[in-house]
Amino acid sequence: MPIQIKRHLIILAILIAAFVVFQQLMIPESFGELGHYRANSLEDNELFDIHYAGQESCYECHEDISDLKEMDLHYDLSCETCHGPGTDHNLSPDSVELFIPDDRNFCGLCHAKNTARNEDAVFQIELKEHNPDKNCTYCHNPHAPWELRNQDPQEENF
Amino acid sequence: MENHYDHLQEMLTRVDGFIYPNEIELHWGILVVVYPYVTGLVAGAFILASLERVFNVKVLKPTYHIALLTALAFLLTATLPLVSHLSQPGRAFQIMVTPNPNSAMAIFGFVYLWYLMVVLLLEIWFDYRRDIVIWSREKKGLLKWVYKIMTIGIFDLSPKSIEWDKKIGYFITVVGIPSAFLLHGYVGFIFGSVKANPWWSSVLMPVIFLFSAMVSGIALVMLVYMIVSFIRRVKIDMKVLDTIAKYLFYILIIDFSLEALDQIHRIYEAEESFEIISLLVSGKLSITLGLIQLFLGTLIPLFALGLFQLYKPANRIRKWVYFIVGFLVLIGIFFMRWNVVIGGQLFSKSFYGFTSFKLQLIGSEGLWMAILWMVVPVLILAFLLWLLPPWKRVPE
Ligand code: HEC
Ligand code: HEC
Ligand code: HEC
Ligand code: HEC
Repeated sequence: MPIQIKRHLIILAILIAAFVVFQQLMIPESFGELGHYRANSLEDNELFDIHYAGQESCYECHEDISDLKEMDLHYDLSCETCHGPGTDHNLSPDSVELFIPDDRNFCGLCHAKNTARNEDAVFQIELKEHNPDKNCTYCHNPHAPWELRNQDPQEENF
Repeated sequence: MENHYDHLQEMLTRVDGFIYPNEIELHWGILVVVYPYVTGLVAGAFILASLERVFNVKVLKPTYHIALLTALAFLLTATLPLVSHLSQPGRAFQIMVTPNPNSAMAIFGFVYLWYLMVVLLLEIWFDYRRDIVIWSREKKGLLKWVYKIMTIGIFDLSPKSIEWDKKIGYFITVVGIPSAFLLHGYVGFIFGSVKANPWWSSVLMPVIFLFSAMVSGIALVMLVYMIVSFIRRVKIDMKVLDTIAKYLFYILIIDFSLEALDQIHRIYEAEESFEIISLLVSGKLSITLGLIQLFLGTLIPLFALGLFQLYKPANRIRKWVYFIVGFLVLIGIFFMRWNVVIGGQLFSKSFYGFTSFKLQLIGSEGLWMAILWMVVPVLILAFLLWLLPPWKRVPE
């Protein structure tokens, strides 16, 4: 065997050995215990702060609103979809105020006309045409959208 | 105060129709375009070099070493766009340390290593061994030691050992051709095997990637040869250019036919994804695909190179046309990668809508980063050409 090949085989052997050593040092603890990942990562993920509390947690103090919501078409929407994450508010309701949506674009996220969106799943309105100069909540109760608050016969849609 | 839905609302202004929430923002940006582009340049440059060696195309001799060094320079940086895209560079090592045989992406590290260590470095080493030994004797100072280390302690220049160098070098080239095919076919496979994405999922993808890689690699070597000759103030050998251009022409025809085949297949099959894809091609991709990739990057070069097969104008004109054609081809192939990578993420997998891509300038995913990873290999190439100048090799 020529010396070139011999030398390269030696170098290759050294590289492979180095790789194996490196590999042993680098494989994270608990890797592969449950699958092709670090089992400890489950615990790490549990440590993340929880932001969303789930809507059952709101019922305790806001029974009136949740009862209202259950009766109407927004029954499927969770409180936190509109009010944002509420864990902190649950713990100290007086000091942490939740977000209260107050512009038309917000309701438009779901209700604005979109040809690709299924008309049967969500009713859609043309934001620019449907009573453009008033906020949605002036007429619709966000917790019970079919309950109309102000009816003004002058409005074009009445 | 920023409302919690403001970001969503801003993103939604870039959306047409319906799109799933995880498709609104593109996860793969321009760096993932640069990566298959650079890998393709490597494979293409190497295949051109192998042509000379295995099929004994004597005319291409002056570009043989340039092609090899170009391949090496670009291969050294090929994975770096991905590493900076990962944003946690350590993960690049993780996929090697805990290899997952079920993931095409994860095994790529080994394909890459095989090609770098076993094929390219060895081939260049065996090819230059004699010169490295001679230079290690002639040069002074630090450079002497650099060459000395590069000999890995073998100073034997007997005719028998030189004979061995040639034999082994030939053997490596022969192994290298399928390896180069593997390297870039693999990149195509990574896209082609994503069955959820109708714009990518095609068995032709690896083959298309391979041939477009050859096209871009050959064009790059042609340009490097011209530029190096210009800098060294030596006359360009028109025979070399004509031969490279001839190969470029042939491969470009194959590449064009393959892509056309892929599209015709799509159009005739007209699966349920067809409507959104035709909207994509005629809308968001019309400039990058129709104008840049097809017209500037393929048709004009095909026409110019084809014309030169029949009619050869003066050297000066040919030279300039080759230069421009090489440039156009390189841009065309870059946008071919763009159309695949970015295009595949622009439409919703519900087939009901589009999002759009906003290229950032700065930041780890931005344009400047991409330019950096295109400039670094050129600098490395300049260094390699200085360290291992093909034109200063000691004649046997
Ligand atoms: C421990 C009882 C309690 C729980 C649980 C609770 N809240 Fe409240 N919430 C209150 C009180 C008390 C107020 C009135 C505070 C005030 O007026 O400053 C309030 C006020 C609000 C307001 C109006 C804030 C404003 O600025 O007027 C919203 C919106 C709200 N809560 C939403 C929620 C949501 C959503 C949840 C479930 C994630 C929730 N709350 C859970 C007690 C609670
Ligand atoms: C469709 C979005 C939406 C959902 C879902 C929703 N809210 Fe509201 N909420 C609003 C809006 C908009 C207001 C603004 C006040 C208004 O004009 O009635 C509001 C106001 C409130 C207020 C302030 C007091 C009031 O009545 O004006 C409280 C408290 C509240 N919501 C609690 C809840 C709770 C608890 C739930 C879940 C049971 C809930 N919200 C679900 C949109 C929503
Ligand atoms: C997360 C998406 C979402 C948001 C945000 C939302 N809605 Fe709705 N809305 C729905 C769904 C779902 C329904 C029930 C399906 C339907 O439209 O019949 C509904 C129903 C309604 C209806 C009854 C439509 C009908 O004729 O059946 C009204 C009115 C309405 N919403 C008003 C509002 C207003 C006002 C806001 C803003 C405070 C709002 N919605 C915000 C999803 C949403
Ligand atoms: C001036 C009062 C008024 C305002 C402001 C208003 N609406 Fe309405 N909206 C109505 C009335 C009345 C109806 C029922 C009659 C109709 O279909 O037009 C209605 C119907 C709807 C419907 C059901 C449409 C259907 O086809 O059945 C939706 C959804 C809706 N509104 C959403 C909104 C949203 C979102 C906003 C804010 C961007 C808004 N509305 C603002 C009065 C109003």
